[in-house]
Amino acid sequence: MCGIIGVIDKTREMMDGSAIREALAIMDERGSGEGAGYVAYGVYPDYADLYAIHVFYDNIIEPKTKVEELLETWGMIEHDEEIPTYESGRMRKVHIPWRYFFRPNRKLMAQSHTPEDDIVTKIVMTVNTSIPGALIFSSGQNIGVFKASGWPEEVADFYRVEDYEGYLWMAHNRYPTNTSGWWGGAHPFNLLNWSVVHNGEITSYGTNRRYIESFGYSCTMYTDTEVVAYLMDLLARRHNLSPEHTVRALAPPFWEEIERMEPSEQQLNTAIRLTYGQAMMNGPFAIAVASHDLLVGFSDRIKLRPLVVGEHDQRLYISSEEAAIRTMEPSVKKISMPRAGQPIVGRVVA
Amino acid sequence: MIIGSRPLKFQVMVDHDQCMLCGRCVENCSYGVYRMEDGKIRVNSRNCVACHRCLSQCPRDAIMIAERPCDYRNHPVWTDQVRENIFKQAESGKILLGGMGNTGDYPIIFDRLVLDACQVTNPSIDPLREPMELRTFIGKKPRQLELKYGPGNDVELKTKLVKNLQLETPIMIGHMSYGAISLNAQMAMAKAVSESGTFMGTGEGGLHEALYPYQNHMIVQVASGRFGVDVNYLDRGAAIEIKIGQGAKPGIGGHLPGEKVCADVSCTRMIPEGSDAISPAPHHDIYSIEDLKQLVRGLKEATEWKKPVFVKIAAVHNVAAIAAGIARSGADAVVVDGFRGGTGAAPAVFRDHVGIPIEAAIAAVDTKLRQQGIRNEVSIIASGGIRQSADLTKAICLGADAVYIGTAALVAMGCRVCGTCYRNLCTWGIATQRPDLVARLNPDEAAVNVSNLIHAWTLELAELMGAAGINSIESLRGNRDRLRGYMLDETMLDVLDVNAVGA
Repeated sequence: MCGIIGVIDKTREMMDGSAIREALAIMDERGSGEGAGYVAYGVYPDYADLYAIHVFYDNIIEPKTKVEELLETWGMIEHDEEIPTYESGRMRKVHIPWRYFFRPNRKLMAQSHTPEDDIVTKIVMTVNTSIPGALIFSSGQNIGVFKASGWPEEVADFYRVEDYEGYLWMAHNRYPTNTSGWWGGAHPFNLLNWSVVHNGEITSYGTNRRYIESFGYSCTMYTDTEVVAYLMDLLARRHNLSPEHTVRALAPPFWEEIERMEPSEQQLNTAIRLTYGQAMMNGPFAIAVASHDLLVGFSDRIKLRPLVVGEHDQRLYISSEEAAIRTMEPSVKKISMPRAGQPIVGRVVA
Repeated sequence: MIIGSRPLKFQVMVDHDQCMLCGRCVENCSYGVYRMEDGKIRVNSRNCVACHRCLSQCPRDAIMIAERPCDYRNHPVWTDQVRENIFKQAESGKILLGGMGNTGDYPIIFDRLVLDACQVTNPSIDPLREPMELRTFIGKKPRQLELKYGPGNDVELKTKLVKNLQLETPIMIGHMSYGAISLNAQMAMAKAVSESGTFMGTGEGGLHEALYPYQNHMIVQVASGRFGVDVNYLDRGAAIEIKIGQGAKPGIGGHLPGEKVCADVSCTRMIPEGSDAISPAPHHDIYSIEDLKQLVRGLKEATEWKKPVFVKIAAVHNVAAIAAGIARSGADAVVVDGFRGGTGAAPAVFRDHVGIPIEAAIAAVDTKLRQQGIRNEVSIIASGGIRQSADLTKAICLGADAVYIGTAALVAMGCRVCGTCYRNLCTWGIATQRPDLVARLNPDEAAVNVSNLIHAWTLELAELMGAAGINSIESLRGNRDRLRGYMLDETMLDVLDVNAVGA
C-alpha cells in the first residue's frame, strides 16, 4: 500500500503545506498510522545556499556533540536550532529533530568536481552508519524533510507544515512492512537535493544495494526506498544523465520494445540497459522523485502500483490517487494515467 | 597375485525367463560383459561399468545391475574406495585416473540454499501473461555512460560499447573438445545452442569443418597446448576463450590418449595421428598476470578487436583476487570452474581434493569485483556442477551472469555418468571416437534432447523469477537477498553474503 503525492509549481509560486496535508490525509486508507512525511523545496530562503541538515537525535548529549564535531571538521555551522514541533494527542517527541545550516569547506575535498556535495554525502553516510543515536534525514539546500510516525494529519500538525512555504512538495503516507514505527523509516527519503517517496517493494533491492554500495554509498535505513535517492544521485548528478534517461535506466523498456525503435534510439537504450542493468529496479512501485528544479514520477515496468498525473495551469501533480489531486486542486484541468515505466517530468521554467 | 580378486563393483544379472535371446546386449556392450553361449546370454560382471546401455536396449527388461552386492567389511575410515585405491596403486605404482566430476562426499552448497517468492506485499508475476526477460549480454560494459545533450531532445551517445555476446537464456554449454567427445555429440550440442540462441565451447580440440555452419554460436578455445589454433579458427568463433585451468584438475594440464586421435581428430587438432595430445600445466607464455594481458591483446589484435575474449580458471582458494587481475587484463568475461566440474579424465586425487565449490567461488568473485568497482569490466560465467535450473538460478543470485553446463548436456544425450570417458569405449557414442559407437548417436535426435533441456530450464528459471517478482534477469543477478541459507554455518553465510532462513 502506501500513498504518495507530489506537486511542483513551474513558476516557483509558493504553496504552504496545508493543502498537501489535506491531500495526504484523504489517502489515510493507504496507510496504517505508523509513518508519514513531507518534503518542501524553497523553505529556507534565508539560508538558501547552505545545506540544511536535519537530524533526529535520541538525546542531545553524546550524539549531538559527535555530529557537531564532524560538521565543524568539514566546514562551518552557520546556524542551528531545534526544529519546532508541537506535541498533541499521541504524537510525542520520540526523537529530537534538529537542523543545521552548514557550509562545507570545499578545499577539504579538492580532488572532487562537486566538493560540497561530496562532503555532505560523506557526512550523511558517516553519521548514519557510525554515530548511534543520530540520523540525518534531510541534507539538501533550501529544502526540508519533515517526517515521523503517525497519521498524515498528525505528522503535519506535529511539525505545523502549514508554517512552511515551498514551490515543490512531496508527501507520503506509510503502511510499513520492513520497519514499523521507526521515524527513520518514514518517507520522504532524502540525500542532498534528491528526495524520494515510494509506494511498493523493490524486489531487485539486493542487486541495487550492492551496486550502489560499490560507488561508496551506504544503505543505512533498513528499507528499500533509500537506494532510489542514491541511484538518482549517482546517475543524474555524478554521471550527468538527464532525469528522463535516469528513469530510463531505473525502469527501462523491454527488449522487445527496444527492438522496434529507430536505430539511434535502439543503440542508446541498449547502452543504458547494458551499463545500468544493476540499477534497474524490479517489483511493484510508483515513485516520485524531486530535486530543485524538477519533479519526476514513474512506475515499474508493468505498472503494478497506481500513478495518476494532474495538470493545472503551471502546476503538475503526481499521486497514487486522483482524489488526492482533486483535494488539492478541485478544478484540475487534466487528469491522466501514464504508461508503465513512462517518466512524468515537471520542471520549473522560471 | 598377492592381492587377488576384489568384490565385484557391479553384478549383472540376466533373467533367463524373460530373455528372448535377441543379442542386443551383446551387440551394444563395448566393455565385453555379454556373450552368447550355448543358447544363453552369459555375463562377465567384472567388465561392467554400469553405463546402462544394455538396459536401455533390452526389449524385455531382462537385465538387472546391482552395485556392490558383496561389499568390503564395513569400516568408517578404511572405506571400500580407500582400500581399492591402495590395491590399485600397490599393483601399478601409478597415479589413479578417474572420469567425470568430484566424487568426494562434500555437502553441496546449492542444496542448502533456498529461493524466495512473493506473498501479499508484492505480487508474483506470471510469465505466461507478462513479459519475462532472460536475455543476457556477456562481455565488458561501460562503468558509466557519457551522453551529450544538444538543443531540444537531441542526445548523442559518446560512450562506445564493445562487442558482447547476446544470449537468449543464461545457459551455455561449456568446452568439451572434439577428441574427448565425438563429432556427433558436438554436432548435436551445436544445433541445440543455435536453436536456443545461446553458445557452446569447442574445447581445446579445434573446430571441425562440419561445425562451421554453427560457428556463430561457438566459442573457440585457446589452451596451453594450442591444439587446433590458427587464425582461421579464431576468426570463426563468436568469442575466444583462454583456458588457464579446469575445475576437475586445477593446476595441471590435459592428456588426450593417442587411441582417441583418429585421422579426423588429428586434422582438427593439427597433430599427428595416433599421438598423445598433451597440454602442459601452465601456458608457457603466461607466467604472470601481465603475460595474460598480452595474450588477451594478441588474440584481440589477431581478430581485429571484434570478438570478446574469455578467461577460464579453476576455482581455487584465491579465486577472487585472480579474477580481479583478469578483469584488468582486458578480458571480457571470466569463467570460474568449480571443483565439481566434469572431465574425460583427471587424476582422481585432483578431481576429489583440489579446488573449491562453485557457489563460494562466484560469491567471492562477484563481491571482490564490486568492492574494487570493476564488476562491469567482466561478466562472470559459473561452471562446474550445475545440475538443474535451481542451481542455475542460485548461481545467478550469487552473482553469475550465466552458466556453462557440461555433464548435464551429456546426460541429455544419454550419458549415464559411468565415469569411464577416457577408455574410448563410450557405448552412447559420446565420449568415444570408435566409428561404430559414434554412429549410435544421431545428432539430430540428440540435438532435440539438449535443446529440450535448455528450454525446460529456461521455463523453470522464468517461473522462479516471476514468483520472486522479478521480470528481468539483471534484477536477479547478484541479488543475494532472494536467497537464504539452510543449515549453513555462519562463516559460509558470510562468504556467500546470504542470510540464514528466518533472518
